[in-house]
Amino acid sequence: MTVSVPRASVSAFDTNELVINMGPQHPSTHGVLRIILRLDGERVIDADCVIGYVHRGIEKLCENRDWTHIILLTDRMDYVAAATNNLGYVEAVEKLMQIEVPRRARYLRTILAELQRIASHCLWLGTHAMDIGAMTVLLYTFREREFVLDLFEEYCGARLTYNAMRVGGLPLDIPPGWDAKVRTFCDLMESKLGDYEQLLTNNRIWLQRTRDVGVISGDEAIGLGLCGPPLRGSGVSRDLRKDEPNAAYDEFEFDIPLGTRGDTYDRYLIRMEEFRQSIRIVRQALDGIPEGPIMGKVPRLLKPPAGETYHAIESPKGELGYFLVSDGKSTNPYRFRVRPPSFCNLQGLKRLVKGHLVADVVALIGTIDIVLGEVDR
Amino acid sequence: MLETVVIPLLKIAVLLNAVLVSVTFLVLMERKVIAWAQSRLGPMRVGPYGILQAIVDPIKLILKEDITPVKSDRYLFTLAPIMSLVPALVVFAVVPFGPDPLYYVSDINVGLLFIVSVTSIGVYGIILGGWASNSKYPLLASLRASAQLISYEIAVTMTLVSVILTAGTLSLVEIVETQEARGVWFGFIQPVALVLVFIGGLAETNRAPFDLPEAETELTGGFHTEYSGMRFALFFLAEYANMIVISAVVVLLFFGGWLRPFPSVSWLAFLDFVPSWIWFIGKIFAFLYVFIWIRATLPRYRYDQLMGLGWKVLIPVAIGNVVLTAIMKVLF
Repeated sequence: MTVSVPRASVSAFDTNELVINMGPQHPSTHGVLRIILRLDGERVIDADCVIGYVHRGIEKLCENRDWTHIILLTDRMDYVAAATNNLGYVEAVEKLMQIEVPRRARYLRTILAELQRIASHCLWLGTHAMDIGAMTVLLYTFREREFVLDLFEEYCGARLTYNAMRVGGLPLDIPPGWDAKVRTFCDLMESKLGDYEQLLTNNRIWLQRTRDVGVISGDEAIGLGLCGPPLRGSGVSRDLRKDEPNAAYDEFEFDIPLGTRGDTYDRYLIRMEEFRQSIRIVRQALDGIPEGPIMGKVPRLLKPPAGETYHAIESPKGELGYFLVSDGKSTNPYRFRVRPPSFCNLQGLKRLVKGHLVADVVALIGTIDIVLGEVDR
Repeated sequence: MLETVVIPLLKIAVLLNAVLVSVTFLVLMERKVIAWAQSRLGPMRVGPYGILQAIVDPIKLILKEDITPVKSDRYLFTLAPIMSLVPALVVFAVVPFGPDPLYYVSDINVGLLFIVSVTSIGVYGIILGGWASNSKYPLLASLRASAQLISYEIAVTMTLVSVILTAGTLSLVEIVETQEARGVWFGFIQPVALVLVFIGGLAETNRAPFDLPEAETELTGGFHTEYSGMRFALFFLAEYANMIVISAVVVLLFFGGWLRPFPSVSWLAFLDFVPSWIWFIGKIFAFLYVFIWIRATLPRYRYDQLMGLGWKVLIPVAIGNVVLTAIMKVLF
């Protein structure tokens, strides 16, 4: 016969979980991300991301727009990296229609995309450092980003939503003297990178805040579908500029920095190195800009043949893919679908923050570098 | 009557006004210095070089609507900002601005102890403010504040013991006079203590890189998230008044208070034409500049790292310093 032993009653020191609502008005959620945090003291037990606050239905809108008009809407997805969004889309359409793009246009596209990467990384570095409490870096990186925006303004007239590319090439050639200014910017940026690194890279507090925070292994990163610097930070060598070269990337030499530990500090170092590699690419492209037309042979009215295509490029945030379906009859896509890097990287946040402190949550939002305009579309 | 009531009251009035006015200008100084560090101009609109910003800011805060959240604990909510400001101001009663009794309100023989005990009351303001707001972010912030304050209070007080051992007195006036008599600032005799008190001071005033209780990017403003208008301004005043207090303590203990540089070098005696209180205030502002400079430069510590630094580094070093000082005192 067994005697049931009464189990110890609930301990007198029972603790409760604290559910805290971070965002959508929180200052460090980089837009309107809402995270429902379950906390044990300051330690995160679980985090659920709530998105959709800037959902504008861009994918559906695009299905009712002309193939050319869509370029304008792609600007509005990742609004801090509009040029790479344009690039991915126009290349996808070119792939669908099998349009040959002139070499000069491909070179200029590469320059624009890499300048955009620098601008986007500037914004990332500034806000990431700001979240961790180093506020001066933000002002420094914005000063340099301003230079890139000025360059874009001179090129296409817009500072944020460029609408800078067309199916088949580029709408505008570079203005005279522009390449010299880009060279000046490359030199300036290189010296300013030293300033940022001096403030952060060997700073003990910065190291303590980022080392071993949000560690993720390569396999797990692939499993979560991470892309871009968060994936490379875990040592997985995947950069579409090398693996599936678009624009003119196959003609330039550059390295893909890889992390070893997969923590926030590695991801920081990788992006810092990507600044340098982007400058290297821009310099090579400027040296070798070929003469020639900037538009290929494109029909007046775009009407791709029936079929579907997927084309992905390496945006500053990661793998930006466009899936397009044309029915071959109408002048708008039958289906328009984006694989946004921010959205996919955000899926990793839940895994990354588990077991860390509240202060690390903001560091980790910074390290995955999301733009909510792209997450929600 | 004149000696016991009128003159002290006059002194208190002058001192309070001086502190409050310097706090408003300290805010301006912080904005300006950080702006220069960040290649900006800072406030430039109100008055020449934005100087009048220091007057406009408080006016704005006074005129703003003062909101009390419905679910807050009304009395504590009102009491908290007062509790954090009053101790910060009371401390100035024992801060000597010069050797003459004219320059201080009172010289009590346990002045240093008075400062330590009164400033630690200030944290109740933050704890109660966070609690009374009945909101989660302020609650987390006030938890952080209490843990932080306790840990750093121990380190700082322990360090002060070594200074007391060196000086042989607790009176602030006498501590400075000892430095004059010995002809050397204690900063040179007790460099470790100086660093510890300064770091501890940063932590106790919730300044960067230890500004966890208000960590704007983590806790959306921390303990004063729910505060607005004048009550918020009181917290603000308290923070800056505390900065001045810590700077004053550091200057009094380690940098010879109102003494001119190198008090033992006689050919520098011509520097004495500068009044003592100007030396004192100048030194205080030099330290306030360092406070601001640090804020512009460093990232923020994380809660657990902050506790680790306090308990694993500062407190052992402080105890070691006390022991070492005591041994030296016995030997020499």
